[in-house]
Amino acid sequence: MLHRYLPMTEEDKREMLKTIGVASIDDLFADIPEQVRFRGEMKVKPAKSEPELWKELVALAEKNANLKQYVSFLGAGVYDHYIPAVVDHVLSRSEFYTAYTPYQPEISQGELQAIFEFQTMVCELTGMDVANSSMYDGGTALAEAMLLSVAHTKRKKVLISSAVHPQYREVVRTYAKGQQLEVKEIPYDGGVTDLAALEAEMGDDVACVVVQYPNFFGQIEPLKAIEPLVHEKKSLFVVASNPLALGILTAPGAFGADIVVGDMQPFGIPTQFGGPHCGYFAVKTPLMRKIPGRLVGQTTDEDGRRGFVLTLQAREQHIRRDKATSNICSNQALNALAASVALSALGKRGVKEMAAMNMQKAHYAKSALEQRGFASPFAGPFFNEFVIRLGRPVDEVNGRLLEKGIIGGYDLGRDYPELAGHMLVAVTELRTKEEIDRFVNELGDGHA
Amino acid sequence: MRNDQPLIFERSKPGRIAYSLPALDVPAVDVSELVPADYLRTEEPELPEVSELDLMRHYTALSKRNHGVDSGFYPLGSCTMKYNPKINENVARLAGFAHIHPLQPEETVQGALELMYDLQEHLKEITGMDAVTLQPAAGAHGEWTGLMMIRAYHEANGDFGRTKVIVPDSAHGTNPASATVAGFETVTVRSTVDGLVDLDDLKRVVGPDTAALMLTNPNTLGLFEEHIVEMAEIVHEAGGKLYYDGANLNAILGKARPGDMGFDVVHLNLHKTFTGPHGGGGPGSGPVGVKADLIPFLPKPVIEKGENGYYLDYDRPQSIGRVKPFYGNFGINVRAYTYIRSMGPDGLKAVSEYAVLNANYMMRRLAEYYDLPYDRHCKHEFVLSGRRQKKLGVRTLDIAKRLLDFGFHPPTIYFPLIVEECMMIEPTETESKETLDAFIEAMIQIAKEAEENPEIVQEAPHTTVVKRLDETTAARKPILRYQKET
Repeated sequence: MLHRYLPMTEEDKREMLKTIGVASIDDLFADIPEQVRFRGEMKVKPAKSEPELWKELVALAEKNANLKQYVSFLGAGVYDHYIPAVVDHVLSRSEFYTAYTPYQPEISQGELQAIFEFQTMVCELTGMDVANSSMYDGGTALAEAMLLSVAHTKRKKVLISSAVHPQYREVVRTYAKGQQLEVKEIPYDGGVTDLAALEAEMGDDVACVVVQYPNFFGQIEPLKAIEPLVHEKKSLFVVASNPLALGILTAPGAFGADIVVGDMQPFGIPTQFGGPHCGYFAVKTPLMRKIPGRLVGQTTDEDGRRGFVLTLQAREQHIRRDKATSNICSNQALNALAASVALSALGKRGVKEMAAMNMQKAHYAKSALEQRGFASPFAGPFFNEFVIRLGRPVDEVNGRLLEKGIIGGYDLGRDYPELAGHMLVAVTELRTKEEIDRFVNELGDGHA
Repeated sequence: MRNDQPLIFERSKPGRIAYSLPALDVPAVDVSELVPADYLRTEEPELPEVSELDLMRHYTALSKRNHGVDSGFYPLGSCTMKYNPKINENVARLAGFAHIHPLQPEETVQGALELMYDLQEHLKEITGMDAVTLQPAAGAHGEWTGLMMIRAYHEANGDFGRTKVIVPDSAHGTNPASATVAGFETVTVRSTVDGLVDLDDLKRVVGPDTAALMLTNPNTLGLFEEHIVEMAEIVHEAGGKLYYDGANLNAILGKARPGDMGFDVVHLNLHKTFTGPHGGGGPGSGPVGVKADLIPFLPKPVIEKGENGYYLDYDRPQSIGRVKPFYGNFGINVRAYTYIRSMGPDGLKAVSEYAVLNANYMMRRLAEYYDLPYDRHCKHEFVLSGRRQKKLGVRTLDIAKRLLDFGFHPPTIYFPLIVEECMMIEPTETESKETLDAFIEAMIQIAKEAEENPEIVQEAPHTTVVKRLDETTAARKPILRYQKET
């Protein structure tokens, strides 16, 4: 058949069949037993030409309300941020996006070096010693941090703050089921992990303690107070972190975190309905040989030239098979590249400026809402997200906002019954003062 | 040490920027007033300071030091390095797909849910399964998801003694690793000299403790497991489930379906068979299909079609739970959907026909020059052994490195583990006969060089930006990040 992705001509086919020594292509499928051979026509929609398909899919995309048309205050782990134009131009270099894992370093130095630079940037932001080449996303990276902790400490109990992203906690629980681990949630108090409850649960059987920084409510967890409680029992301290916040906040590594994970989505990766995003995974040196996923290391070639290779592969599934502690193979390399490009574009100064802008705009929005009589249940310091009490069903409010072209915040009642009627509001650098004021006006007056 | 290609950090100079943020339009507040002193970062992260042009030159230079499918032939076995259509990229970048938030009200993302639902329907039909989840992010993630569902199924039947997962000795490394992560013990079943699963050995290892058999079909030797029906019977009779590793689905589209072969769970690699670009290592997408009796255990949420449109069903009491935040690698799923709709039923069938034709053609032409351990028709890939060249002092690794001088990406090497000095070659259907012939000629020349002038092969590559790299030192004294010289 004639198709733009299939280059074989009838003449090619004839010659090739002759070389093989068969009469038809069907003869090459003779080893498929009759009883399992598929005879009919697959019920797959008929092929469309490029212009026809483009038209159809443009129309399908237009059925969605996108963040470039609407004004969004929705975050909850996924954020609408400035993506420098250079990012997509680099990603569109097909030498990057049509390559696979750099198994042959001599013709993959570009990808390997880009990952080495990514690893460095993750270490710099998190204050950690070693970072891998990426994980699927923040949630699965956190689950892998738990598995590493369990394997390292040979303990089977995990403590996780209930102020960690609800979906991350769900993923953690699914992973825990397989290895029959006990996952215990620590309640929050005043919007951050309840230290007394944590202390009460700590014991010699705890593999790791997991908190998020800033946490799901946007609050800045007191890592300094949590760390001694964790290390006193020789447990591992796992911190999930929004990397943009680390432009302003003290790095978790500086507070003694053993493993820091999170999602690089705020740097150059579009929201795209929740994926693909880009998990990151960083550890202190003692855990280097237990880190999951691919690692790139620097070395030299026969002439003493600097080069990069995949290294410490003895950790990985293709070598260790059933003895591997992680099964990850494909990762999110292209999105790690996107994050690297965005971080290079923003640079030392831009990351700080963008983080500060998020914080200032979020604080402006919260004050404006408080002036209108909306109360927040949490008084602690926060980054670019905060909780307000609406005193009415959040979905109802969001429905009205939508009519005004605004996508409202997250309905916390979905995950925290005690926070029904509370909205998690995210304000990024892309929201203007005018948009924030409009949002506040549309919400009307609070019932505080 | 010669640093021919500077790191982005080495191009950095304080005072340069490559970003453009709007001016702050809300009252400025010093962040030190908003963050307690202990939590206010004092040590700045060492990030690059470059101009926009510096940045583009840097990454353009890096891209030139990388080989992708658009650069040249990439016959990496089991990875299905086919052409990545450009319309897929354009569609995935439409604002209505790229810039939608996963937690928006369902009524504002009907187009996205419709696409996902329709993709699931197509994947069901292509694999012969009853339901599909798009949540897993990659093949290995799909394997683990499938095994967790199998575990939940057995446990729901009060069957807690099924602790073992059987994998063939030719299996991908992810199979046993996924079994371990899912809490199972791995048992290996042998292959026969014909390269197929040894049925007698399978009968020996299967039993009341069998949770599942994981199988790739065609297997990693590129051979169709022709006793599949009997194998399914053996496993099912023992109460186990049959798991299909979809890495090699490119061989059988429209020709045979895992569901019809007796498989209970299937994972697909949309970045292989369905043209999601490999991205230098990812992102991929690893949907999982199941038969009806496993539907209750699917990860949640499940996309449903109701009277008022599409919705996400969270009310799934027997679900294994979430395997990933949100709904999977949507952006990759958009590309796969675009591809399926570009091919249609006949196109997909032609994909497998040409993938198999190309592999058999290459295999026949190379059989004279390299050892062919399994001399029968292959499917979409085949293995050669370099043992003949090894006797001449030329290893498979050398052959792979020599291929670089001809502008080709080498095949997968030293896998499967059961073949000595293995080369696993997968041409895919998108390559022309001229390309296949050029690669074959290069392989023939290398075979001759191994006999007449082995040094040229042993010392390869000669034309790349770096020569062979010292991997031993890299692992012994790891340098995993750049440190600014002080």
